[in-house]
Amino acid sequence: MRPAEPFRHPLWVRLTHWIGAGAFMTLAVSGFAILLALPRLFWGETGSNDSPAWIVLPLPVNLEQTGWGRNLHFISAWVFVLSGALYGLAALVTGHLFRRLAPDRDQLRPGSLVSEVRDHLHIRPPEPVSGGERYNALQKLAYLAVLLVLAPVMLLSGLTMSPGVTAAYPELFTLFGGRQSARTIHFLAAFGLVAFLLVHLWQVAANRPLRLLRGMITGRPGGKAEGA
Amino acid sequence: MVEISRRGLLLGSSALGLAPWLGGCELIEGGPSRPGLYGLSDTLTLATQRFLLRDQPLAREFPADAISKVFPTINTTDPDNPDYRRSKAQGFSDWRLPVSGLVERPTAFSLTELKAMPARTQVTLHSCEQGWSAIGGWTGVPLSHVLASCGLKPEARFIVIRSVDGWWDSYDLFDALHPQTILAYGMNGGDLPVAHGAPVRLRVERQLGYKSLKYLASIEATDRVSGLSQGRGSMVSELGFSWYAGI
Ligand code: HEM
Repeated sequence: MRPAEPFRHPLWVRLTHWIGAGAFMTLAVSGFAILLALPRLFWGETGSNDSPAWIVLPLPVNLEQTGWGRNLHFISAWVFVLSGALYGLAALVTGHLFRRLAPDRDQLRPGSLVSEVRDHLHIRPPEPVSGGERYNALQKLAYLAVLLVLAPVMLLSGLTMSPGVTAAYPELFTLFGGRQSARTIHFLAAFGLVAFLLVHLWQVAANRPLRLLRGMITGRPGGKAEGA
Repeated sequence: MVEISRRGLLLGSSALGLAPWLGGCELIEGGPSRPGLYGLSDTLTLATQRFLLRDQPLAREFPADAISKVFPTINTTDPDNPDYRRSKAQGFSDWRLPVSGLVERPTAFSLTELKAMPARTQVTLHSCEQGWSAIGGWTGVPLSHVLASCGLKPEARFIVIRSVDGWWDSYDLFDALHPQTILAYGMNGGDLPVAHGAPVRLRVERQLGYKSLKYLASIEATDRVSGLSQGRGSMVSELGFSWYAGI
């Protein structure tokens, strides 16, 4: 590591982050509305309200929320995917992915991980856990889980429910094991992303939240680089 | 096909040009339009899918033993229309399907005449916008064959289809002439049941179930649907759904 420099978020990170965060909210709300038409999950190709399900969710069946739900879901998906693609491309090209997001060797030592977890549980970071010169390891792992696993699975399983896309790429059915399997995996990935968001907000809350939020909005955390 | 891919390019470039931001958004020249942001996202989806489908692939087909035991039926399951009831009582022997508009020889086909045409059987996955899906086997005559036998005029760009229960929808030639777009009179080896749209329903396999109209009443070829009703291209789009349902 180079010596501590003030931690900054480049403009492209901030823009795509807040656009993506907004689109994620509307995706979650509209996805829930769509789910209500068939609050059951299946494996394989087929399934309906009167066929046996893997899981019957404790939600009321409501067929009236599909229209606005789908409209909002697809426009949000376009925004989320396009801003996510921009972010992913920039992260690769600028080296951000390796420099900022890949955990450093020292961060992965068991002792260091254990003390990070302990710091988070106390919501009282003794040393700049983040907001210093780098993200802490727990943050990095959470971000990588989203970028490398959850978001791609979300996108691909969503596309597997599209009859147009699968006519062009039937391999998607093979990848997920059928349309209803893709729907189930789409739901599980959404669950994973919501879980990430809760952890994400907790990690921010545990690390001088105002400073971090100011950093993510203006680019500079403000105050002294080390916090204090 | 050359014509279609040229249109696909036009479509793509108009989506990239963000023309839709200005007022209503016309997805295809002379086609349906939808105002606002949802019009923009519909256009992006249509342009993208037209690009992905530019070689006109077939939707997946299954062996007969994959057919679902339960195939849900929604909306109308037995039209409450006097003409339909009378026709149903006679085994649809007096039923006729008029094909009109931009064709050289407008014709009204009987069920027997449709069954005498070259048939196609396809076992496919039906995906409903409500989330359910089921596999069914469909037998019928390709719409492209029926249109060709009436002499589809070169100006024709859209096919408007109406059903006895008042539903209607439109399809541009890209989908209307696709080999899996059939007028189905058979299901799972037998006659098409009333609950599934007897005597004849449409199958459009690369879009959601709501594009596969049941209880067909008429077919009309036209050069534009922008002037039809509210200009949205279908009845469901007047209810807030997308005209193009490939997603
Ligand atoms: C309203 C909810 C959200 C808030 C308040 C929020 C807040 C923040 C803050 C303050 C940071 C910077 C942390 C630091 O400097 O240590 C950050 C980074 C990040 N957030 Fe969020 N976030 C939200 C939603 C989301 C969502 C929904 C996602 C993804 C689905 C997400 C993904 C990320 C990623 C990947 C980073 C790292 C960015 C980078 O440096 O490349 N966030 N977030």
